[in-house]
Amino acid sequence: MEIPYTTEHRPDTGLYNAKLGVWLFLASEVMLFGGLFSAYVLLRVGAEPGMWPHGWLNVTLGSINTLLLALSAITTLLAWAACKVRDFGKFKIFHACTMILAIAFLGIKSYEYRDKFLHYEIALNNGTFADGHLVEKSADFDLANKTGAVTLHGHIVEDRKELMDLRSPEAQKAEHKELVIPAADIKKMQNYGPWHNTFTAIYFTMSGLHALHILGGTLVIFYLWGPGSRMYKTDPERFTNRIEVSGLFWHFVDLVWIFLFPVMYLT
Amino acid sequence: MQSNVQQFPPFREVPPTHAHHDHGHGEHHEPGFWQKYIFSTDHKVIGIQYGFMALCFMLFGFFLMLLMRWQIAHPGVPVPVFGPLLEKILGQPAAHGAISPDLYNSFGAMHGTIMVFLGVVPLAFAAFGNYVVPLMIGAPDMTFPRINMASFHAFFLGGVVMLVSFFIPGGAAQAGWTSYSPLATTIPTHGQAFWLVGMVLLITSSLLGAVNFIATIVQLRAPGMTWMRLPWFVWAQFVTAFILLLAFPPLEAAGVLQLMDNVVGTSFFLPTGLAVGGAVGQASGGGSPLLWQHLFWFLGHPEVYVLILPAMGIVAEVIANNTRKPLWGYKSLVYSALFVGFLSFIVWAHHMYMTGMGQKIATFFQATTMIISIPSVIILTCMFLSLWGGSIRINTPMLFALGFLPMFGIGGLTGLPLGLAAADLYLHDTYYVIAHFHYVVAPGTIFALFAGVYFWFPKMTGRKMNEFWGRVHFWCSFTFMNIVFMPMFAQGIKGMLRRMSDGAVNYSATRVPNAIDALPGTVMQLNGFILWAAIGLGIAQIPFIINLFWSISHGEKVNSDNPWRATTLDWQTPTPPPHGNFSHTPVVVRGPYEYSAPGHAEDFTPQDEPVDGAAPATTAHH
Repeated sequence: MEIPYTTEHRPDTGLYNAKLGVWLFLASEVMLFGGLFSAYVLLRVGAEPGMWPHGWLNVTLGSINTLLLALSAITTLLAWAACKVRDFGKFKIFHACTMILAIAFLGIKSYEYRDKFLHYEIALNNGTFADGHLVEKSADFDLANKTGAVTLHGHIVEDRKELMDLRSPEAQKAEHKELVIPAADIKKMQNYGPWHNTFTAIYFTMSGLHALHILGGTLVIFYLWGPGSRMYKTDPERFTNRIEVSGLFWHFVDLVWIFLFPVMYLT
Repeated sequence: MQSNVQQFPPFREVPPTHAHHDHGHGEHHEPGFWQKYIFSTDHKVIGIQYGFMALCFMLFGFFLMLLMRWQIAHPGVPVPVFGPLLEKILGQPAAHGAISPDLYNSFGAMHGTIMVFLGVVPLAFAAFGNYVVPLMIGAPDMTFPRINMASFHAFFLGGVVMLVSFFIPGGAAQAGWTSYSPLATTIPTHGQAFWLVGMVLLITSSLLGAVNFIATIVQLRAPGMTWMRLPWFVWAQFVTAFILLLAFPPLEAAGVLQLMDNVVGTSFFLPTGLAVGGAVGQASGGGSPLLWQHLFWFLGHPEVYVLILPAMGIVAEVIANNTRKPLWGYKSLVYSALFVGFLSFIVWAHHMYMTGMGQKIATFFQATTMIISIPSVIILTCMFLSLWGGSIRINTPMLFALGFLPMFGIGGLTGLPLGLAAADLYLHDTYYVIAHFHYVVAPGTIFALFAGVYFWFPKMTGRKMNEFWGRVHFWCSFTFMNIVFMPMFAQGIKGMLRRMSDGAVNYSATRVPNAIDALPGTVMQLNGFILWAAIGLGIAQIPFIINLFWSISHGEKVNSDNPWRATTLDWQTPTPPPHGNFSHTPVVVRGPYEYSAPGHAEDFTPQDEPVDGAAPATTAHH
């Protein structure tokens, strides 16, 4: 038994099955990310005045990542075009580039995550807040027993609100230096993980889900580039379709980033 | 073309051709057990897998309900017969065989979840859709058979995760099937995390199914099967698939966010300063409980139409077939289904009138809610009008289909007061709501599903289910369903709230005699009454279960591939249809409901019967 229109177009719809399938799948993906973006909007407009963070993410790294994904969109398209004109060698080169760009993206993303996990806000017993990156914890550091000390590279502020807008002139002027804080002075110590506030929560969730999509897409592209490319010899047309369909998914994932980047980094 | 058409085998009174005799092409050998029944990519096997699992889950969900009804009628009294068993399996929460409030909450949440996501949706959409849609449109299979298999496996895994959550410390999810935050995050059990993981798997399953259904209906229609020649059942499934495709992902998003709240410690749905057990929690706050409700009901309301549209589709097929006349208002039915599907996305906040939303917003959702009742009424009216002047054949599927009409009517009409904000403020969260939506899905959808089981059983097995026991099943179910749910309207109007593990005894006149709105004794007595009706309803399913299994091997053999003398393509296949379905590619030449067409000897004309071949075929038969 054979399913019709796996490779050739159905005349009245002008589509082969998988192309329709992937567009439908992308429609549901739009709703998935749409749900998350609307969550973002609701959380942001519902935040207490002055408590929604600005400038917490590194715009340079974000821009580089945007560029990487934009380039990968081009190489994906070229890989498909190479298949279309039956130039297998070029296909291999272009999709190798796609995967390298994707891995570079994930590398930069991991670096950004690591930076957030090493970034601490410490509420001190005297009512002020120490904020900065972890330099070291002393060997006997223990919050519960109040022994030892932690060293941060950062600054101390009177009010948490001063930590919210890092683009403000005051925040730009703040002098960062090594702070040694004894455990006995610490009321609460928390890094900038998803639990920090609703901004980091939605940032980690959305960019994490996006990174999972990048990972999934890369795995698919790797399969089609490596073991799956054997189909090129037996059924080049169907193989080209597969490259097109996976490419559509890849473009969608890029597009999600195009929305994520301004929403998270630039506003 | 012409020779192609004439290859069609005459369809009438031909002894059923059995699939396994037809394997003479030598293209594939008989697959082993695992490949045939567990890892099958055949849409019919997958449909049956779905159907079997869904029926099992529905029975399980029904038992949860029986236990809850016992607790409501006799709060704190050990459950007879099953009590010791419960204590053995679940331990402390069922100490002495009685149901603790926590366990009651678990059962309540899981009853809803299982019935909706593991029972009715898989049966109505996945099982019947998988089995029947490719047959009806003349396709050899679904467009993506392996994705279809993956869809079933995701569903199966989701079901396993849900069931496993009963046995973890703290028990299954307790925050209701709607899982409102912050309750769902603050209850000290990991059952909620299991629930969310299970839901993500189930959503994945329906996503894969929905993509497959739409692609199949768009791409694999047989030659001549134009859009307006599709049986209405296919249209209903098509709209359902779109709803699943687009409404489920926001719930998945919400599920991911709540999972983050429960496992990672974020505060998406936890407001600032949330106190749990008298102490302010550690969460950062700043979240919005209403966000959950919006995301949930953005799925939740379209979900209602996922439950009802396929059921209506089944009823339409059964009615057209048994009235022996075309379905009345086919085009209105098609456009109504499309309109319902579209509008179902903008009515969700009528579940949230009590959240203190502004009047303007409430008015908008009130208006859309009233508007969506119009296409639903059109659909129901078309079905009622289809009965007019028909020479109706009464058989079990038809009885269930006829039972569906008034039952769904009651369910739908009692929904109108809930759609109006002013009335809803009073009725919200009472048993009136329970009665309303159960009338829609229990004697409504589930009756239609029974009709479908009795109707397509001969195609699946080559045998009919027993007619006498089918009628016993129908009349007993019909009677007990109404005795179970009708009193709940009265209880709700009197102010009895849902989700109370003591059956509202603490609000009854015997406990608080001086309260002016205490529940009178008559309302409380109804609890006992409903319990016995529910037990009766359970007993009424025994004939069905026995009939279902017994008929597979002992039922009356059908004497043709088309025992109901139906027009649609699903009956123009061998019985049961082999892998690949049709012996020849069917060519469709007419609409789906050509019953009693003038000038024909037979009172039905199959969609693929050649136009000029009609006369010879009938004479050949006589």
